[in-house]
Amino acid sequence: MPALEELTAAWERFSRDPTFRAELDRLLRDYVGRPTPLTEAARLADHLARAEGRRLRVFLKREDLCHTGSHKLNNCVGQILLAQRLGKKRIIAETGAGQHGVATATVAALFGIPCEIYMGSVDVERQSLNVFRMQLLGAKVHAVKDGTATLKDAMNEAMRDWVTNVGTTHYVLGTVAGPHPYPTMVGELQSVIGREARAQIQSATGRLADACLACVGGGSNAMGLFRGFLDDPGVQLFGVEAAGEGLDTTHHAATLGKGRPGVLHGARSYVLCDDDGQISEAHSISAGLDYPGVGPEHSYLRDSGRAKYLAATDREALAACRLLARCEGIIPALESAHAVAGLPRVAEQLPDGASVIINISGRGDKDMGTIAKYFGAEVSS
Amino acid sequence: MTNPPGSPFPSRIAGAFAKARSQGRKALVLYLTGCDPDFETSRRLLLAAARAGADVLELGVPWSDPSADGPAIQAAMRRALAAGGGMGTALDLCRAVRADNADVAVVLFGYANPIFVRGAAKFAAQAKQAGADGALCVDWPADEDPELAQALSQQGLDLVPLIAPTSTPERVKAIAAVAGGFLYYVSLTGITGSQLPNLDETSARVRQVRELSGGRLPVAVGFGIATPADARAVAGFADGVVVGSAAVRVIERAVAAGRDPVPELEAFVGELRAALG
Repeated sequence: MPALEELTAAWERFSRDPTFRAELDRLLRDYVGRPTPLTEAARLADHLARAEGRRLRVFLKREDLCHTGSHKLNNCVGQILLAQRLGKKRIIAETGAGQHGVATATVAALFGIPCEIYMGSVDVERQSLNVFRMQLLGAKVHAVKDGTATLKDAMNEAMRDWVTNVGTTHYVLGTVAGPHPYPTMVGELQSVIGREARAQIQSATGRLADACLACVGGGSNAMGLFRGFLDDPGVQLFGVEAAGEGLDTTHHAATLGKGRPGVLHGARSYVLCDDDGQISEAHSISAGLDYPGVGPEHSYLRDSGRAKYLAATDREALAACRLLARCEGIIPALESAHAVAGLPRVAEQLPDGASVIINISGRGDKDMGTIAKYFGAEVSS
Repeated sequence: MTNPPGSPFPSRIAGAFAKARSQGRKALVLYLTGCDPDFETSRRLLLAAARAGADVLELGVPWSDPSADGPAIQAAMRRALAAGGGMGTALDLCRAVRADNADVAVVLFGYANPIFVRGAAKFAAQAKQAGADGALCVDWPADEDPELAQALSQQGLDLVPLIAPTSTPERVKAIAAVAGGFLYYVSLTGITGSQLPNLDETSARVRQVRELSGGRLPVAVGFGIATPADARAVAGFADGVVVGSAAVRVIERAVAAGRDPVPELEAFVGELRAALG
């Protein structure tokens, strides 16, 4: 608790500090590669018009073009600057797909701070390429075998490390979940996505978008995009959760769609759990969405009706991944492919001529093994 | 909350510490994960621990995500969950222990979500009905959300709080104000089952916690106490000693070797109790 209070106070102070902001902005520009483009996806829009009879303008927010290949670095550069100001000598993080682990290992290398990453042993196996990336960057990767051996268990283990080494260590939590101030802090650090997208869509179309669409696991990329438009009631917000093998099965990660209010990792939010309160195993083909909780701000947006949450199955995400690859020459991460998969259902609710922003939160390179296996191809990685 | 004089709910926990004090010794608080390795063995283990001299039983409620626990209790939770353990069975276990032992104080020790999904009021009523005397919830900060403390208080049950080495004086005061039974001082920053730290510092902190709480409640120390010698050392300055992971390991070893863990646990608890004078 005192560590959280220290972090809350530090974040309140430094996030308003002009020197801190300038340093963060410089890193975002020169290191992360921001602003990321907003790319109009004309051939995807043509496909949608043919398949669904709806003519939209579709724009892709290109977080896949960030250094390290996903939006995760936006958060990590901010938190490493904070860790530095707090005088922490060591950083730790949890990771699911490995994207946040790679982003954390990256900033640790950049700042010369020792870094340890906790990753579920199941994820270590299915994301071996990212494990090697982290190791190459100098981080130590711990495979967590407890529980379901996925993201939630990696978070448990990171928390155990943090409470043990709280004096010297900063925990770079990777999403808008966990105890306060993480949901606020990570949301603010990711809000650069929404700020840029807001300005970019206005310069591209002369007006705001009619809808924003993003995948939701813990929910950081979605929160980052949504924050640019929360106060614009004309912009509909859609999150897409992982329906795994289907919402009528037990193999999904649709926390907002099928969960209930609960307490996990220090936050009260929707969770997937049974009647006894035991947290359920989440399932998704994308390791980054495989989390039985969700950021509390998403729970609020769901209950207030400001955002709507859909779900896409593994199969739909894989099809959307291939569709985007063939229409636009962009291979999205399987996480982001869920957002693309939500497009037809969002289109149904919009008039012809409406414009939609889809957050392409990461690139698909890390998923080649999984995708190849599904499509029956042989690849050696 | 402590029970005011003349309360219709005399606190067994306060009584347990008072009794130990009157016998010129320190209280022994023993943690076991409920349903580890199975319901019936766990029932026998809890009763044996009480028989061997544990003054307060902390009945661990198995949960899927025990993020404050070290490897020993994580493994116990896994065994318990595999045997059908959870909040429902922990309450049944409490009731079964109470049916055979009217005296031992029982604290339900667990995490927030199983309480939250039931609702704090319903949980408190069920705990009372099962014969529990209090509850300790690792991830429900009493000073941030008083709902659990209020629900327990309405049933005449004690909320036992955890106090950490990093807890500020203001927090210790705020936590102690809504606490009952005893204050659980965590000897280290870390997880259960870690190495016991330098005791001079712990001793000074216990003294400070006692002062900050106005000496209203006894202070028990836990996390890292593994042997009778550890227990004796901590008993030099605390009102009670909590042993958890070490007891759970005794059970784990016996079960792994195919032996009934009850006699071994009973012997271990007897040694701990003897070390407390």
